[in-house]
Amino acid sequence: MNQRMSYFVLTCMSLGLAFLYIPILSMIVFSFNASKLVTVWDGANSPTLKWYYALLGNEEILDAAWISAKVALINATGAVILGTLAGFGLARFSRFRGRFTLNAMTTAPLVMPEVITGLSLLLLFVAMEQLIGWPAGRGITTMTIGHMTFSMAYVTVIVNSRMATFDTALEEAAMDLGARPVKVFFLITLPIIFPAILSGWLLAFTLSWDDLVISSFTSGPGTSTLPMVVFSKVRLGVSPEINVLATLTITVVTAAILGVNWFIARAGKLDA
Amino acid sequence: MSGRGLVVALPFVWLLLFFVVPFVIVLKISFSDVDLAIPPYKPLLDWVGKHTLAIKLNFDNYAFLFTDSLYLRAFWNSIKVAFFSTVLCLCIGYPMAYGIARARPHTRNVLLLLVILPFWTSLLLRVYAWIGLMKANGVINNVLMSLGVIHDPLTMLYTPFAMYVGIVYSYLPFLILPLYANLEKMDWQLLEAAQDLGCRPWQAFYKITLPLSRNGILAGSMLVFIPATGEFVIPALLGGPNALMIGRVLWDEFFANRAWPVASAVAILMLILLVPFMMWYQSVQARESAGAR
Repeated sequence: MNQRMSYFVLTCMSLGLAFLYIPILSMIVFSFNASKLVTVWDGANSPTLKWYYALLGNEEILDAAWISAKVALINATGAVILGTLAGFGLARFSRFRGRFTLNAMTTAPLVMPEVITGLSLLLLFVAMEQLIGWPAGRGITTMTIGHMTFSMAYVTVIVNSRMATFDTALEEAAMDLGARPVKVFFLITLPIIFPAILSGWLLAFTLSWDDLVISSFTSGPGTSTLPMVVFSKVRLGVSPEINVLATLTITVVTAAILGVNWFIARAGKLDA
Repeated sequence: MSGRGLVVALPFVWLLLFFVVPFVIVLKISFSDVDLAIPPYKPLLDWVGKHTLAIKLNFDNYAFLFTDSLYLRAFWNSIKVAFFSTVLCLCIGYPMAYGIARARPHTRNVLLLLVILPFWTSLLLRVYAWIGLMKANGVINNVLMSLGVIHDPLTMLYTPFAMYVGIVYSYLPFLILPLYANLEKMDWQLLEAAQDLGCRPWQAFYKITLPLSRNGILAGSMLVFIPATGEFVIPALLGGPNALMIGRVLWDEFFANRAWPVASAVAILMLILLVPFMMWYQSVQARESAGAR
């Protein structure tokens, strides 16, 4: 790049990153603010941890977090199984009946507006209940099914692109030595794509943990997830406890991403 | 069934049942009558007499959407907002993706992490952050007033401006990542060759980099445009009561008015509008991965 162009790119990069991070940093800073007015800094009594204690004593938020955690855990595990199978199939079997359809069905949820997915899932659950009596009412089960349907699409993409870049010679060698396909998958393929599966699991967990729209459509009475509670609070205005929740979320996410990155980098070194 | 068949059968059947079949049901309910019952719609098929099954298709829901100008305005406004948000995302995201692709490997990984990190943090919480920044006694107004730039607070929250900020902010990583993946594969020697042959840097960019990154631009733009058209959370939180977006209209029809058939008709029209873009996206993706191999 020439000088002028690299200055231009550098300026854009800095402004872009500032745009991405100023809101996040402001939430972290104001989570330590004593004032209930949230954005007016109360210099005399800040920084304080009082909203952290308030959050940890807020039963409504804790209950919702527990429901979200349950849904996210089951969802991530289910989505990883379905997504790995789909990603593996799409990457390794170049021709099979329904390949085009499977490809389309795993791409569409990535871009489908959530209100459409949510509405259609709810109508399906209602129709199924009328027809076969299952699922009886809506709650954790229906939410988890809804989350799995869109998060497995993300896992498929991650696994598929990992499969596309790794050397099939290893699998072929194992087959030549007499290993059956299932054994090859578990002994060769799975360990190699494990970092991708791990990222897929974490992404599926996060997508579910953060989802508001599909949860709202598919949840039942008494099963409000964390985003649903946050949304109803935020609609009434800003609240210091939400800043605390955001700060805690960001801390956990950052730690998880750095941890996984470190793990993948180490696995990469062992490969080489 | 062969072992191969079994591997893909499970995800296939799952998606068929929970992703494709639901749309058939939405289509069906978009043709039924509203009813004051649980669930709030009348069946399409009805036994009239002993051996006669009548199918009653009700087009009122669609007719209603086309007669009340609110819905058409909402559709038009959603497309407009999604389109300009995509353009803004491109203006901000392209230089960033370009910068990441051309950075040294170590810097590149750090920059990528910085772009990915917000994407992993709850959208709801990040949109919420903008309320704190943009409200009347929010951070931006406080800073500007204490610097003496303005004397009265600016009205930002609950305006179209706030909605654009929210959408561009939330969808920016979706544009940067596919664009970066595309630019990363670029052979930069082409640029050097062009410059050796007398191209000015901007000319080389315009004639070589831009056309070669076409698929990345298209893929990233679709990842912004399609979901942004149906966005609910951002207009609901930042756009104020007058922000007319079709995702929000669907939500209100469903939750506030309990008009499930009308909400279904809105969903079907939205699908008719967006499915061509989704198919375009898929063909771009197919071309990208074919080029990668």
